[in-house]
Amino acid sequence: MTVLVALGQAVLLAVLAPHVLGITRAVRARLEGRAGHRLGQPWRDLRKLLRRSPTSPTDASLFFVAAPPVLMATSLLVAAAAPFVATTSLAGEADLIVVVGLLLLGTVALALAGLDTGTAFGGMGASREMTIAALVEPTLLLSVFALSVRVGSTDLATIVTAGATDPASVFTPASALAAAALAIATLAECGRVPVDNPSTHLELTMVHEAMVLEYSGRDLALVEWASALRLTILLGLLANLFAPWGVATQLTPAALAIGTAAFVAKVGGLAAILAAGEVFAAKLRLFRVPELLAGSFALALLAVLAAAVLG
Amino acid sequence: MNVVAASLAAAGGCAVAGAVSAVLVGRSVRAALVGLLTALSGAAAVVAGAAAANGAAWSLTAPYLLPLTGIELAVDPLSGWFLLLVGAVTAVTGVYTIGYAGRQGEGPGSRPSLFLLPLFAASLMLVPVAASVPTLLVGWELMAVTSLLLVVTEHRHAPAVRDAGVWYAALTQLGFVALLVGLLWLAAAAGGTSFAAIRAGAADVDAVTASVVFLLGLVGFAGKAGAVPLHPWLPRAHAESPSHVSALMSAAMVKLGVYGLLRLGFDLLGGGARWWWLVLAAVGAVSALYGITQAAVARDIKRMLAFSTSKNVGLILLGVGFAGMYAQAGNPTAAALALGAALLHAANHSAFKALLFAGAGSVVRATGTRDMDRLGGLVRAMPATTALFAGGALAAAALPPGNGFVSEWLLLQSLLHPGPDAGAMLTIAAPIAVAVVAATAGIGVATYVKAVGTGFLARPRSDRAATARESPPSMVVAMVLAALACVALAMVPGLTVPALSRITSDLRLADPGETFAASTFALRVEAATLWPLWTVVGIVAGTAAVAVTARALGRARRRAPAWDCGGGPLTERMEYTATSFAEPLQRIFDNVLAPEQDVDVTHVDESRYHVTAIRFHQRIPDRVENRLWQPLVTALRSLGERARPLASGSVHRYLGYMLVALLAVLVVGVLP
Amino acid sequence: MGLIRRIVATGRAAQKAPKRPEPLPPARRLKRSLQIRHVDAGSCNGCEIELGQAFSPVYDAERYGARLVASPRHADAITVTGPVTVNMAEALRTTYEAMPEPRLVIGIGDCARNCGAFAGAHAVLGPVDDVVPVDLHVPGCPPEPDTIVAALRGLTGR
Repeated sequence: MTVLVALGQAVLLAVLAPHVLGITRAVRARLEGRAGHRLGQPWRDLRKLLRRSPTSPTDASLFFVAAPPVLMATSLLVAAAAPFVATTSLAGEADLIVVVGLLLLGTVALALAGLDTGTAFGGMGASREMTIAALVEPTLLLSVFALSVRVGSTDLATIVTAGATDPASVFTPASALAAAALAIATLAECGRVPVDNPSTHLELTMVHEAMVLEYSGRDLALVEWASALRLTILLGLLANLFAPWGVATQLTPAALAIGTAAFVAKVGGLAAILAAGEVFAAKLRLFRVPELLAGSFALALLAVLAAAVLG
Repeated sequence: MNVVAASLAAAGGCAVAGAVSAVLVGRSVRAALVGLLTALSGAAAVVAGAAAANGAAWSLTAPYLLPLTGIELAVDPLSGWFLLLVGAVTAVTGVYTIGYAGRQGEGPGSRPSLFLLPLFAASLMLVPVAASVPTLLVGWELMAVTSLLLVVTEHRHAPAVRDAGVWYAALTQLGFVALLVGLLWLAAAAGGTSFAAIRAGAADVDAVTASVVFLLGLVGFAGKAGAVPLHPWLPRAHAESPSHVSALMSAAMVKLGVYGLLRLGFDLLGGGARWWWLVLAAVGAVSALYGITQAAVARDIKRMLAFSTSKNVGLILLGVGFAGMYAQAGNPTAAALALGAALLHAANHSAFKALLFAGAGSVVRATGTRDMDRLGGLVRAMPATTALFAGGALAAAALPPGNGFVSEWLLLQSLLHPGPDAGAMLTIAAPIAVAVVAATAGIGVATYVKAVGTGFLARPRSDRAATARESPPSMVVAMVLAALACVALAMVPGLTVPALSRITSDLRLADPGETFAASTFALRVEAATLWPLWTVVGIVAGTAAVAVTARALGRARRRAPAWDCGGGPLTERMEYTATSFAEPLQRIFDNVLAPEQDVDVTHVDESRYHVTAIRFHQRIPDRVENRLWQPLVTALRSLGERARPLASGSVHRYLGYMLVALLAVLVVGVLP
Repeated sequence: MGLIRRIVATGRAAQKAPKRPEPLPPARRLKRSLQIRHVDAGSCNGCEIELGQAFSPVYDAERYGARLVASPRHADAITVTGPVTVNMAEALRTTYEAMPEPRLVIGIGDCARNCGAFAGAHAVLGPVDDVVPVDLHVPGCPPEPDTIVAALRGLTGR
């Protein structure tokens, strides 16, 4: 049963991810006075891309070809295991350290693919992405660790259940600091403004895009889908760790239905807030990004200290 | 017949046979024979270590083997664990040497080098089984001397090798002096030189003496382990020595520094004060951070791997330090977990560092250069080496599904619950330690992406890299063996847990039932579980499933030159180099690294507005070495210069010195 | 706060969508998703300005499924402006070949069709058809954003 729920969760997130992207683009368009495309447009783009033939550079090796499946597989594993709809899905595998490690594995695969192309932009994207990842991973780890200190376990399902059954425990100083740190880390991990502009065409301003300039066809579809999936995952974690109400703690059909609806609503809401925030912010130049990430690291460290000292 | 005794005898015998055959045999088979015998010696040590770690006991006292003190040997689970590690690395190195030393009889294949290799291996096996202070010191010094001579194997090659030898010799002897003073002082205070006597007399040793002994032991053992600030020998020696020696040093010898600290701190001194372990944890944290920062910006592949060793040793010492603090705070579960994490990380590090140095050795042998800025494109010429090195890099970066991830998970779990009686110090230290582990993990990932991406992928950046060819089969086989060890540790680390809990209870940190539980497939700590096998299987199977499904639903792949933005074909000058890859990180850590930059502009004679050449030179120095050791070396040198008149050449004066020294020793020795 | 006031005051700047044009043959395959990489093969930039306006908030070609992308590898079609100059011929050909198949070329403006005002210049190689096969021409010097949007809508089918 838990396996079915896990698979269902993975499918739900995979289907939802392009729509989350659609929501961010639609909200942004409306705020900018445009009509914007429909919510289902990213799905159409993906469907079309999946049917086109992929191209590999002649100098590239298995790392280039393997990166999109690795990225997609690690994202799907996290989507299946972590508590989004229900907390009882594959409990024990949803360890926060494992989740952060899997996300980082996907980033590494893509960075190696960028270097494998042998182009200057691929290397540049890989270098910038790994520098940002080196600074984001500690923040991700620390901010969720702060929550695990209070609960006494690094299992995400346990943390979410503790929050769902005792709502007051979510409103602590450690939680607030951790939420701020995790929000900034989400922006950096998913390549959103102010760390990276996902829709830029200027290569010198790219971080994530530069690594995928060489991908085409179904490789590109997998990479874009996985990126949207990672955004959904991180928004889902942000929602369920700091606003866990509605998550299903038992595997009854009613609870699952409520859990699904709550999850979709929360992620949709967060995506809209993210898009609105992007309209008001500008992208930071690359060498200001470490200051931002160091700030979020400091917040996360304070969160862990607060959790340990204040209990 | 005692398994441990038999396999140790076999190990010793094979090592001696290896040394003898190096002297007697001709150069065409010398490398193969010595390598094989070293490998067999290592395998025997693995058997001995495994038996000891599983509870087999053995001891040997040979009072007349050494003048004044005799030799005493004994195994217990702790020494068994380190014997296992050392033996496994020796076995891999032995197989590697068959191909690496070659048939020419020069460099690593020369008679002296191949004579010393089995002796080095034997001394590495002697240290964990030593059961008295003199035996330990003999083994330690034998290790130092043999490894020093092996490090300078290629001293005719470059002055850097001689420089590395000098630093290594100086720092090793400094550590040895500290150990000598400390351990003999302990033996005098406790009333006996054998470990059993010291254990029995530990109660008689007063707190101040114990602290001083621990600090001296820290200098000696942590220096050997490569902890900052006693590390300057590490990048030099590991970079300049032949790769099989680097593998043996980095994967085996530095672990014996950790072994010494565990033996001294927990076993002989019986736990000690909490602040000892805080100092050790602090040293570990600083080593980890400094080591990985230097590794991230290094362009020499072996220097990078050496600093990565420093970082991993730092994490191991952090775990040991916290184990000690937890034990003193009355939290045996956490202490057992922290120690188990540290020991497992030592094993994982031995496995992947041996693999990485073997890979680096293959690359250096094939291309003739260690400079990652000049490598690249090796994935086509050396596919096996690339794949194995990438596997080692995955493990070293502590990413799932690697084995480094498992021990890092355990370490983080141990830092989660300082416990109710932890006190302010532990409650503050544990979160900071988590931050350190997380930060070093992040930078470590970037380092290894740099190493694999710029060193092996895309197009070759120099002619030497373009003409590389795959290594001989024995070198590949050695790397495969190390990789198999990594895979086993990644998939079923639960098999090591019984040995770890035996060590923990043996060191009186926790009862056997209080350590973390493990089945073959899961590691269970207080409230979290890790399923290493499912993680590995999930990632591999998931990737395969996605790849196969996508291919089935889509069109065939085509090959085309990379998109060059319309500006003409891409050259290798357009690829990112290791230096450019690490440049953002270097900028971020500018204050720590303090790179030295030199711009040299040659103007046209007629006008300063025109330039014929611009030369840019950047060097990232080792700041700790410059700030701490250079002034010390300068001061010592000036002291030596000023003391020159003492050596006047007059025999009367020398006799006078000897008389004064003898009187001083008699006075000091007679005074209570 | 000033920005919020500006957003509220501006409201929707996009004009009402005009009548949908007849879908062209590629529309059935593209199914309302068209990624475009722009190549300036030597134009005076007049067509670029109009193309930029076509993707601006007023005309907003994105709502019909068209999107500009950063690399020809990501693109289904390239829009080419200007007569192909001698220096840009090879670059245009490389860009076309970098696109995965099936691929389209859209020539924008009179210069792309017959070199326009630059016909016979010493630096001009010829119209775009001489270098890469063109699937769709958008006439005009420069073509109005409405015309460009109508052409793109013919390809996307919206």
